[in-house]
Amino acid sequence: MIEFDALATCFSSTACLVNQVSSGLIIGMLLFLVASGVTLIFGVLHVINFAHGSFYMLGAYFAYTVYAGTESFFLAAVAGAVGAGIAGIIFERLLMSRVYGQDILMQLLVCYAVILIVDDLVKIIWGAEYLAMGVPDEFRVPPWRVAGGFIPPFYLFLVAASVVIGIGTLILVTRTRFGRIVRAAAHNPAMVSALGIRVPLYFALLFGLGCALAGVAGALAAPVRSLTPGMGFGILVESFIVTVIGGMGSIPGAFVAAIILGLTRSFGSVGFPLFVDGAMFLMMALVLIFRPTGLLGRGVLK
Amino acid sequence: MTLTPSFRRDFIVAAAGLVLLLAVGLFIDHPWPRDFLTAVFAYGLLAMSLNLLIGYTGLISFGHAAFFAFGGYCFGLLLQSDAFIAGMGGAAIPVALVLAIAGTALYSLIIGAICVRLSEIYFAFLTLAFQMFLYSLIISWVDLTGGDQGLMGGIPRPVFLGIDLSDQIHRYVFCAALFVACLVFLRVVTESSFGYTLRMIRDNPQRAAFLGINVFRVKLICFVIAGSVAGVGGIILALFTSGAYPEWAFCAQSGEAIFMIMLGGLTVFVGPLVGAVALILLNDMVQLYTSHTELVTGIVILAVVLGLRKGMLDFVKEDIVEPYLERRRGADRAASTETRAVGDGAET
Repeated sequence: MIEFDALATCFSSTACLVNQVSSGLIIGMLLFLVASGVTLIFGVLHVINFAHGSFYMLGAYFAYTVYAGTESFFLAAVAGAVGAGIAGIIFERLLMSRVYGQDILMQLLVCYAVILIVDDLVKIIWGAEYLAMGVPDEFRVPPWRVAGGFIPPFYLFLVAASVVIGIGTLILVTRTRFGRIVRAAAHNPAMVSALGIRVPLYFALLFGLGCALAGVAGALAAPVRSLTPGMGFGILVESFIVTVIGGMGSIPGAFVAAIILGLTRSFGSVGFPLFVDGAMFLMMALVLIFRPTGLLGRGVLK
Repeated sequence: MTLTPSFRRDFIVAAAGLVLLLAVGLFIDHPWPRDFLTAVFAYGLLAMSLNLLIGYTGLISFGHAAFFAFGGYCFGLLLQSDAFIAGMGGAAIPVALVLAIAGTALYSLIIGAICVRLSEIYFAFLTLAFQMFLYSLIISWVDLTGGDQGLMGGIPRPVFLGIDLSDQIHRYVFCAALFVACLVFLRVVTESSFGYTLRMIRDNPQRAAFLGINVFRVKLICFVIAGSVAGVGGIILALFTSGAYPEWAFCAQSGEAIFMIMLGGLTVFVGPLVGAVALILLNDMVQLYTSHTELVTGIVILAVVLGLRKGMLDFVKEDIVEPYLERRRGADRAASTETRAVGDGAET
């Protein structure tokens, strides 16, 4: 099942190492953006957004449309983030806020329904066939050669953008007034609303922020992945693995876990192509058994 | 376990149900009712066994379909092995049945022993992880399982005791009997003192522990029972499709089972079964009338979850039957004892 020869050959060649590490990093960074949305929403609102992959998909499709219209990748990425964020706020207000505090099965079913509906809506609006956006013109330059391997410039941009967005989110949540209010409201909503703060508004904004992270990940992925209805499901499952391994509610944990998973995926495609998913679920199971709060998770969450 | 009158009533109901199922299968000269009902047997057992975990014990599992698939694959693989068929001869089917159930029980014992220690959401995610691990194993172990193609080439079904499972009618009767037997088993489990222990663990595990109940052991036994019954569902589906497919172990299959429970109702014994019937019918109907199956299914789910906020039979029980009984009890109290005696007499 595991081809040790192929793995050994890859590890002994710097070209293969550079290629696999760079592709592992972009997988990891996209996963990190999606998973940080999941973990943010869970950490504050204590609900699991099982429909998070749908916002990743929406972000990619919004970016595709805007890019086709404006030829600007920057505008496309903004459109992906803002569009998914607004969709997330609507979803939170209309549906998700009705199942806060209820058992997890209700949340699961509401999200499952939304996944089905959004997939079909995308099929109706953009069609069921695969769409390709193509790498934007700015990045259509020859890849850099590093130690025999190739690194496309877009990969570097993607990694840098993800790190900047991740740090920005962390600062927003830990260092700003918005973050303080949201964290206080997560702890004691009644007290915060008694101080004259509209708690549901902040919850909706936070939910929208989480969905915008998924949306921007979708927009960043659009040039390098093909777009199809249902593309959100795979990344949803992987982002759960990242969230659990990193510790539910921890953004730095999601970062570490996403890189581990991205590298597992890229080296796994060399050494054990059919068993990549199995290896990821095995890691998740091991973490849950020996350290249920995750690698960097603090406190015990119920 | 002694046979209380309530169990005697359940056995009579089960026997009547089996007769009805057989009548429908044998006297309607069209394969559709038989095919539909066989699918209901398989998915119904999956949903009802999952409800033993979710509804009765409060263990929310996201990975129950793993045992469903495990049972189906065990059964199929045993019967596809030439050595097994040659060694067992005429007893191949019953022995494969017993071994597949025992194998699934052992598998759920191992998985359960690891999972049931964890609480709530971690339990849910760990069961999901093990299910997806099994799924990946099925996909990647092509030599044994056929990978994403599933078990190919059909499952041999040698005749035993005059029963030929390659015959439609024989197979239907066999599956119906297996299904009703499992239902009776689940009923005995849920209505016995063990079943009430499960309810107590669901409502207040600490109190159960203080009363001297080994919560871990009871949860584990429940997990093994539920896994084994799900395995029987998988065996029925393997018999029906003459194969086994990796989708049975995919997380969407567990999601569907959860939806069957929520649609039918978790507080009534046959709720998940009603949910299974409703969901399979809904899928068939939607496919008949529209190409936007997902859109319609999604809207129906939202309508049930946010509209009723409970399953169909939960709604019937809590909003129709119980208020009615309450009213009648009130009326009874006002009426003379004479009328009550007549009422009781009419019931039995």
